[in-house]
Amino acid sequence: MSETLQQLAFYTDAAMIVFAALMVVTLRNIFHCALFLALGFFGIAGIFVMLHAEFLAGVQVMIYVGAIAVLVLFAIMLTRGVTGQDMKQTNKQSPVAGAIALLFVVFLLKLMAGARFATSTVAPVKDSTAFLGQLLVTRYVLPFEVASIVLLMAMVGALLLAKEKEDE
Amino acid sequence: MEAIGLNHYLVLSAILFGIGLYGVAARRNAIGVLMSIELMLNAVNINMVAFSRFCAPDQLHGQVFTIFVITVAAAEAAVGLALVISMYRNLNKINFDEVNLLKW
Amino acid sequence: MTTIANYLVNLLHLPGWVSAWFVALMAALVIFGFMMGVVLVLIWLLRKIFGFMQIRLGPMMHGPQGIFQTPADALKLLAKEDVIPDRADKWVFVIAPLVVFVPAYMVYVVIPFGEGSRFIAKDLNIGILYIAAISSMAVIGIIMAGWASENKYSLLGALRGAAQLVSYEVPMALAFMGPVILAGSLSMQSIVKAQTGGFWHWHFLQPWGLGLLGFLLMITAALAETNQVPFDLPEAESELVAGYNTEYSGMKFGLFFMAEFANTFTLCAITTTLFLGGWHSPFPHFLDGGWWSLLWFLGKSGFLVFVFMWIRATYPRVRVDQLMEFAWKGLIPVGLFYLIAVAFFAVVV
Repeated sequence: MSETLQQLAFYTDAAMIVFAALMVVTLRNIFHCALFLALGFFGIAGIFVMLHAEFLAGVQVMIYVGAIAVLVLFAIMLTRGVTGQDMKQTNKQSPVAGAIALLFVVFLLKLMAGARFATSTVAPVKDSTAFLGQLLVTRYVLPFEVASIVLLMAMVGALLLAKEKEDE
Repeated sequence: MEAIGLNHYLVLSAILFGIGLYGVAARRNAIGVLMSIELMLNAVNINMVAFSRFCAPDQLHGQVFTIFVITVAAAEAAVGLALVISMYRNLNKINFDEVNLLKW
Repeated sequence: MTTIANYLVNLLHLPGWVSAWFVALMAALVIFGFMMGVVLVLIWLLRKIFGFMQIRLGPMMHGPQGIFQTPADALKLLAKEDVIPDRADKWVFVIAPLVVFVPAYMVYVVIPFGEGSRFIAKDLNIGILYIAAISSMAVIGIIMAGWASENKYSLLGALRGAAQLVSYEVPMALAFMGPVILAGSLSMQSIVKAQTGGFWHWHFLQPWGLGLLGFLLMITAALAETNQVPFDLPEAESELVAGYNTEYSGMKFGLFFMAEFANTFTLCAITTTLFLGGWHSPFPHFLDGGWWSLLWFLGKSGFLVFVFMWIRATYPRVRVDQLMEFAWKGLIPVGLFYLIAVAFFAVVV
């Protein structure tokens, strides 16, 4: 019985994510697109919970929904004057882009259908948070430190780029 | 229908990536392009975590990778949006096909 | 609750998995009822406390000491006409109060009201992270409300409110981390269990008195996160009409209002859990455990709520640039110092 529930959960979540993604790339009102993006992020957090990655699910909601989506909404609000509410949103190359994206997806699906992945049936880690914490400070400590430098650079860079011009 | 396995997650990730790819190539609005890039990064995240769960569930390498992808995506979204705001301030345009000052 | 569910399932010959869903549904309803009760009591309490602190009596008309004032207000809100501004973005306008209210409700799942699994809806093993994540979702609701109202005051209020909420999430997360390090787990019940042994083991005094720093940090961040004075700029009644609430009337405004009070209680409850020993009694084995734990928890949270309202009746409001400066230049360095100090004491001592 829990298997059917699992399938129900997965398909509902996947349908919500794909719907939200389609709305992000097609809607004309860019504010609505950003809101659907937040919905998609939330759905992906659900997928992470299903994959026994609960720390990642929490981090996904906190960072993507709580920070990045908010950042996108702020940027939309600050660039408001130019976006007409219902301007055409796709440029001249959209049919070609659509065809290429579709071809790419078909190519990926064909690759996956033919591949034999070495799945293992070992029991998953009980508490991913503690395990991830240990991994991050033992085996992955260098990327961890570099990530902090990347974030610092991004902060300083974004501040400089978005600063108002000071009078000379 | 069989139980939810690796392939289900991979298909979802591929579809999401394709939708993001279409968005990056076809959207006019700069912020729309940035949102599509975030979609693509999320598709990659799902892929990583699915592989970590099904192929090596007792070592969480995929999840560590995902943490770093989320970090870098946040940094890149911040800088990208700062660039868009700066573009809007200087050129008063945010559609990428109108920003063609460097075209010959 | 599990026994009731099992009994009903056996009685009606339903498949076994229904009982888990039934328990979850019952837990959700109980929490919803509790939250509504908390909101009603808090609104009345706020007005009474304001009254007494301003040497007046507060609501006295409806019921003894005015306890029916809040239900009367709720009925009034329900009966109001539902106005949507003409140029407003209809769907975003309608959904915004929900996006603010639902996270305020969702946080109650992990609050440990008492000892054992009877008093907590679900002891998630990422309890604190869940709380931080869900609280950050409410920012989107505020931006939606401000944008969809098509009103300059609303937009300004929403921008300021969102900036404030996002800025004060960082000190709050840093303050969260202290008790998490001391307890070694993100789960709420584990954090409370790490504070056994009476008053001196509670986290607000713990690492050689440094816990006070974390406690004050948490209280300040909680005041800002719930839009309480002195950080209540988004609803500055004398400046921005009503901030992002301007165009909302009737039950939609009611949802914003309820979300704010529910959030106040939630953050007081979380502060109690993290720093004041949760459901433990101050004396090591006296009046401890079982239903006493519920009493202690509610008592401590109620005391913190009273302190919040006391602060609300006393202090003036800070300006928006002072607010941001205080968060980024003041609280975050303090928070980082607290985190490093707690980590140092946990590892070395």
